[in-house]
Amino acid sequence: MEHFGYLFAAYSIIFAVIFLYVLFIWRRQSALDAELRTLEARMAALTEEPAASASQQSPSDVVS
Amino acid sequence: MNNSAIRNGLGYTTLALMIAALFMVFDYVPPEAEQGIAQLIFYFHVPLAWVAFASFGIVAIAGIFYLWLGDQLWDDLGYAAAETGMVFCTLMIVAGSIWAKPIWGTWWTWDSRLTTTFILWLMYCGYLMLRASADDTPQVARFGAVLGIVAALDVPIVIASVRLWRTIHPAVLVTKQGGHGLEDPRMVATLLVCLAAFTVFWAWLLMLRFSQLRTRTRMSALTMKIAFANAAASDSKVMESS
Repeated sequence: MEHFGYLFAAYSIIFAVIFLYVLFIWRRQSALDAELRTLEARMAALTEEPAASASQQSPSDVVS
Repeated sequence: MNNSAIRNGLGYTTLALMIAALFMVFDYVPPEAEQGIAQLIFYFHVPLAWVAFASFGIVAIAGIFYLWLGDQLWDDLGYAAAETGMVFCTLMIVAGSIWAKPIWGTWWTWDSRLTTTFILWLMYCGYLMLRASADDTPQVARFGAVLGIVAALDVPIVIASVRLWRTIHPAVLVTKQGGHGLEDPRMVATLLVCLAAFTVFWAWLLMLRFSQLRTRTRMSALTMKIAFANAAASDSKVMESS
């Protein structure tokens, strides 16, 4: 089994780097999901705001 | 079939093919007579080179389409392909270097194929550094597209280098004159399974990164829209109060 160490090193490095890259992609995906949730919350707040202000304004409009 | 189903399918196929490839490399294929067990590195080294070169080809094609059409989609594809290409190119160089130590007696030599491959690696390093250090503006995307195209011109030089110049790198495709051919059919079968495994794996990774970059692009556009809507809302409030 001459040179087995080289063979083992080559395959270990290949799979270690591939694993790290997949892990990097997975973490990026988690970060993107979190960012998307924040954006959705901001969008929801933005769409609720005009509706709330409209409902607040309508009674005063009636009084005036 | 939607993208998620395709991605899952590619992921499971990669797993199955990788297990088959490892089984064939370590249990099925006979080692080469002169190089011994170190030659088994070749079965992953060649597929790594193939997917790296395919990635860089996609960077060039995406760059051409981006310069022509100006659609952000092509820039995202080029960026994703450059990133996956760099991972596979780095692994290809490292695996080759580990193979070279017992066979050539040195980790590295300034052979024509190794030198041209190193130049290719350096150019795509530059591409990724440019993309990482600058904002995602159309100007940076254009620079990236040009750099990606110019760097990809080195791929055919790397492939042809074993024929153009004197080299000690084995020429895989030379079967009759050079004596480096895969004469045992089990060697050919193992190489084909490894090539299939890495091709599917590469497609899976590329699809994942590309869809992430597309999502990021759409989210950036959405963030801008929200910022404009917020600014417009606050302006109207100021107008009302005044």
